Amino acid sequence: MSILVDNGTRLLVQGITGSQGAFHAEQMIQYGTNVVAGAVPGRGGQWAVGNTPVFDTVHEAVATTDANTSIIFVPAAFAVDALLEAADAGVALIVCITENIPALDMARARAYLDSTDALLIGPNCPGLISPGTAKVGIMAGHIHTPGNVGIVSRSGTLTYEVIYALTARGIGQSTAVGIGGDPIKGLNFLDVLQMFEQDSATEQVVLIGEIGGTDEQVAADYIRTEMTKPVTAFIAGQTAPPGKRMGHAGAIISGGEGTAAEKIEALQDAGVAIARHPEEIAELAAQNI
Amino acid sequence: MKLHEYQSKRVFAQYGVPIPNGEVATTPAEARAIAEQIGKPVVIKSQVLVGGRGKAGGIKLAGTPEEAEKVAAKILGMDIKGLTVQKVLVDEAADIRSEIYLGAVLDRGARKVAIMASSEGGVEIEEVAAETPEKIITVHVHPLLGMQGYQARQLAYGIGLPKEHVSAFTKIAQSLYRAFVDSDASLAEINPLVINGDNRLQAVDGKILLDDSALPRQKELAAMRDSDEDSPTETEAREVGISYIDLDGEIGCMVNGAGLAMATMDIIKLYGGSPANFLDIGGGAGADKVLAALRIILRDARVKAVLINIFGGITRCDEVANGIVEAINSLNVEVPIVVRMVGVNEDEGRQILADSNLPSANQLSEAVQMAVAAAKGEGA
Repeated sequence: MSILVDNGTRLLVQGITGSQGAFHAEQMIQYGTNVVAGAVPGRGGQWAVGNTPVFDTVHEAVATTDANTSIIFVPAAFAVDALLEAADAGVALIVCITENIPALDMARARAYLDSTDALLIGPNCPGLISPGTAKVGIMAGHIHTPGNVGIVSRSGTLTYEVIYALTARGIGQSTAVGIGGDPIKGLNFLDVLQMFEQDSATEQVVLIGEIGGTDEQVAADYIRTEMTKPVTAFIAGQTAPPGKRMGHAGAIISGGEGTAAEKIEALQDAGVAIARHPEEIAELAAQNI
Repeated sequence: MKLHEYQSKRVFAQYGVPIPNGEVATTPAEARAIAEQIGKPVVIKSQVLVGGRGKAGGIKLAGTPEEAEKVAAKILGMDIKGLTVQKVLVDEAADIRSEIYLGAVLDRGARKVAIMASSEGGVEIEEVAAETPEKIITVHVHPLLGMQGYQARQLAYGIGLPKEHVSAFTKIAQSLYRAFVDSDASLAEINPLVINGDNRLQAVDGKILLDDSALPRQKELAAMRDSDEDSPTETEAREVGISYIDLDGEIGCMVNGAGLAMATMDIIKLYGGSPANFLDIGGGAGADKVLAALRIILRDARVKAVLINIFGGITRCDEVANGIVEAINSLNVEVPIVVRMVGVNEDEGRQILADSNLPSANQLSEAVQMAVAAAKGEGA
């Protein structure tokens, strides 16, 4: 068991004929993900990697293949159009890998998505994986192993680091969700924690946060009041100076809000075990087994 | 990206926000000429992208053109928080009756633009927020509807603005919102918005921060970038697509991924070292990027050791290793380098490093401890 993606995932790849789209579509197929279609305007009727049919529109792709999940590999200038098209075509879960989407575009897109049933992950994220079952993202599949730890993270390679340490200790993962580093995005820590709390296969959760915003504090509130499963966390950027954007558009400390210290304090108050470095997460998680 | 005060005010003026008469000068003589043209007392304002210009002596009044020249001569070339003043704005001095704050900011929690107003203008809004938060009135604008007239009136009445100014204020607040959205800003402030001697509203100071992700479609605004304000290193990094931030430690870092780069800095601190920089080479970094990154790190004379931490997810470790070896061979590297790489083709990558006598480690904490020891001259 897992959350969001599993054996029932029927994946559509938007931008499957681009270099990123083609490469990762192939990687996902090799991992065992059920990739049912691609969508690229003007490429309808062609075949992409792994004999995947390509459609001009997402509506056609969904009507023909029953795709229920979409992953987006299109350039920033067209990504919002692509995710709105997926939502309008009734795709239930949309994963947007694209980075550098202007924040105001995401604000408008979120306002529309909130009026639909579609769930969005990202943008600017590595995607998600339910080890051994389905990979809908760009992470290296081989570092994961099936198990009972749910992972939710704002980061990419830092998540791989944590998963690598967990796997090395023989601790498997139910689902690892990379929610992305942008200030305005789809699913947040809170949404994913609620899903893990409900998921019978997830016994404990690892949360990987970073400086900027207050999403970790919102998550801490939920953990304190509602969550029954143990949570371990690491917050990156404890040594980051205020006012500087650390790569991720979301990773900036401004106006005394969003420091690592504030987040760590809120999480500690909620009973979350805080790791001092990524490898320590595996040690702390091992204590919960 | 930050815009200068004069650039920000010009953007606001395009949307109908009244601003003082003024021009930018780069020499005292130019400042004098502008003051002559204005024909009234002026204020000379240093144009540097840091706060606290007034306190640092970078904003001064001048009653006559002669005085304007003298004052400009003092301010031009002045050092304000490490930045040299290259330009001054010569503005007609406003006869200030009262000062208002008006600002727009992207509120990530609400996922909307928040418009804030306060009767306590002229000071940092953070100070007002800390001391008298009840004096800040905020409205959130629906991204699909835009700012409504009633929202602007809520601000006006909320800050107790005299009735005669409500209509003009409402227009200015809606103009600020339009300027914010059209410019893809993440922050736009008019502080202060003053009621002047003619009993009119006027934007005396302005500030705009732009969303870097939107710069490709904001060509006019992007062209306003003042490269004088960036260190050559930051400019070089930006040109090759590397995120680099200078810090004051002694261990240079090269990492792929922003979160991992921050975590690496944190771990360096945890083991008693201090990071010299934040550097994210991004995904799929080839030899050219590794070379550029290493050149940037080594330019900092304080760097006593370099830690390279690559988690090769999709990036192949052997390619990165080749890049590192190539970079070291083409640069004069005098400090120890510690490499930690994990992921696809890690064995091949480590072999390439071993063949070039470069120490490498599997575990991140081990690599960090090696780098900290190396920086202290204890040998890597």
